[in-house]
Amino acid sequence: MPPVLVATGLEKRYGRTEALGGVALEVGEGQLVGLLGPNGAGKSTLVKIACGLVRASAGSVQVCGAPAGSPPARRSLGYLAELFRFPSWMSAEELLTLHQRLAGSTRGEAERTELLELVGLPHARATRIAAMSKGMQQRLGIAQALVGSPRLLLLDEPTSALDPAGRRVVRGLLEELRRRGTSVLLNSHLLSEVELVCDHVVIVDHGRVVAAGTPDQLRRQGGVEVETATGTRRFEDARRDDVPRIVRELVAAGEEIYDVRAVASSLEDVYLEVVD
Amino acid sequence: MTTIVLYGLRESLRRKMFAVVLVLTLLFLSLYAWGTHAAFKDTHSFVPPDQLNLNPDRLAGAIVFGLAMFATLFLGAVLAVFLTLNVVRGDAEAGLLQPLVVRPIGRTQLLLARFAGAAGVCVAYVLAVYFASVGITYWAGGWTPDRLLSPGIELAAAIVVVSAVALAGSVFLSPIANGIGTLMIFGAGLMAGLLGEIGHAIDSQKLQHISRIAWWFLPFDALYEDALHRLTVDTTGFAKFVLQLGPFGGSHRAGTPILIWSALFLLLVLGAAVAAFRRRDL
Repeated sequence: MPPVLVATGLEKRYGRTEALGGVALEVGEGQLVGLLGPNGAGKSTLVKIACGLVRASAGSVQVCGAPAGSPPARRSLGYLAELFRFPSWMSAEELLTLHQRLAGSTRGEAERTELLELVGLPHARATRIAAMSKGMQQRLGIAQALVGSPRLLLLDEPTSALDPAGRRVVRGLLEELRRRGTSVLLNSHLLSEVELVCDHVVIVDHGRVVAAGTPDQLRRQGGVEVETATGTRRFEDARRDDVPRIVRELVAAGEEIYDVRAVASSLEDVYLEVVD
Repeated sequence: MTTIVLYGLRESLRRKMFAVVLVLTLLFLSLYAWGTHAAFKDTHSFVPPDQLNLNPDRLAGAIVFGLAMFATLFLGAVLAVFLTLNVVRGDAEAGLLQPLVVRPIGRTQLLLARFAGAAGVCVAYVLAVYFASVGITYWAGGWTPDRLLSPGIELAAAIVVVSAVALAGSVFLSPIANGIGTLMIFGAGLMAGLLGEIGHAIDSQKLQHISRIAWWFLPFDALYEDALHRLTVDTTGFAKFVLQLGPFGGSHRAGTPILIWSALFLLLVLGAAVAAFRRRDL
């Protein structure tokens, strides 16, 4: 299946400042891609170009085969901005109705009910946005982005205002979206969150991709530790695949084994290493 | 597009500012009714020399209604500016615009729909205040303008032009800068009109020429003056001269070219706003 998002040689300059310097990125059908990087790395710019809010200086972005910003591309995506606000006088129901009309969704009340339940706000249907906490608004924002069942969801820091319980709701929601086959580009500062839910991770720094791969590929193997009756023995160069052989050899040598751990660096270690 | 127009209308009506404008309008209309009643009452005792051929009621009606026209223009302009000053940059900075722009509706339709919503509210408001003033003036002194509908329409059109200028300004300027800038442009237009009146009174062709040139850059003043002109279009002689010196701007026929230009000006301003908005990074 062709990717739903393809960025090629993407560049963006604001005057003399280079925000993106030739980024290439793909999000496959049903894939959940995490976008990591420090503040000012160009992550939000990349997401904004993908949804047509910002024009690229060079390069291209295709969304579901259409140029980013074109009507077919906009019809295929849902977006939650990092800094967003909804009209305070609207209720959750009114906001979702507005976006249903704009997105051309014909699913009406059934979709609104489903989305509010999905984000954990079934009781807030008639609540005015002015009366909602920031966390509730953030969850409503995710529901708004999902109106019209978009093929690609662009989420820019969707959990920044959420408490741990709210973050768990969003994690569950992302897993549900993966089950439904929705592709997601998740821009987040929360490495643990990305590590937990994403199939693929792209680390951006100074407008360039500095690392990319699955979380397992990015996490480097750090050897194997075996706890035996005589103490913990460390095999520095060993990998996870070497564990059966090491155990066999130790048992053959008469060792009693209590625990075996394949040691790997965390995504945070990798991130801190590749980012200046 | 209808969705955004309705969204804009609802947003306008839900804002506290609209309620404030309504309260101020009711206050103005009450004061206007009181003042107009007193003006007609006092002018009954005013007997002008026969040769001047002045009808006191006609004079009082036209002058106080000129005040109502000016107040309606001013209140309408304030409403137009406040409804449109933040449509692009202000809403983008607040994060209100982006969720709408990424939807399939497109930037051109979005901007024009927001304009249509704001302009619709302003036109309804201006016509309501205009006809309320007509009713009050008739009740107080039995006077009605020589042309009833066209001055109201021209006044509303002037406000539509002001709202287009504020909308275009919202693409480039922050809300406060845009509000100040648009109201200064509005003030400059009125000032140019008054300059023309001074030129008329002291018979200075140069001042009148400057005022006419200003019409091409600020056509809402031309619409306003033409609307004032239509109030007393059938009045002649000394009374007409006195009314042309009215304290709230001159009453001069603008002519068809400037009326056509006003429509073109509106389209050009909206076109420039759309072109700039389409290129703007959000």
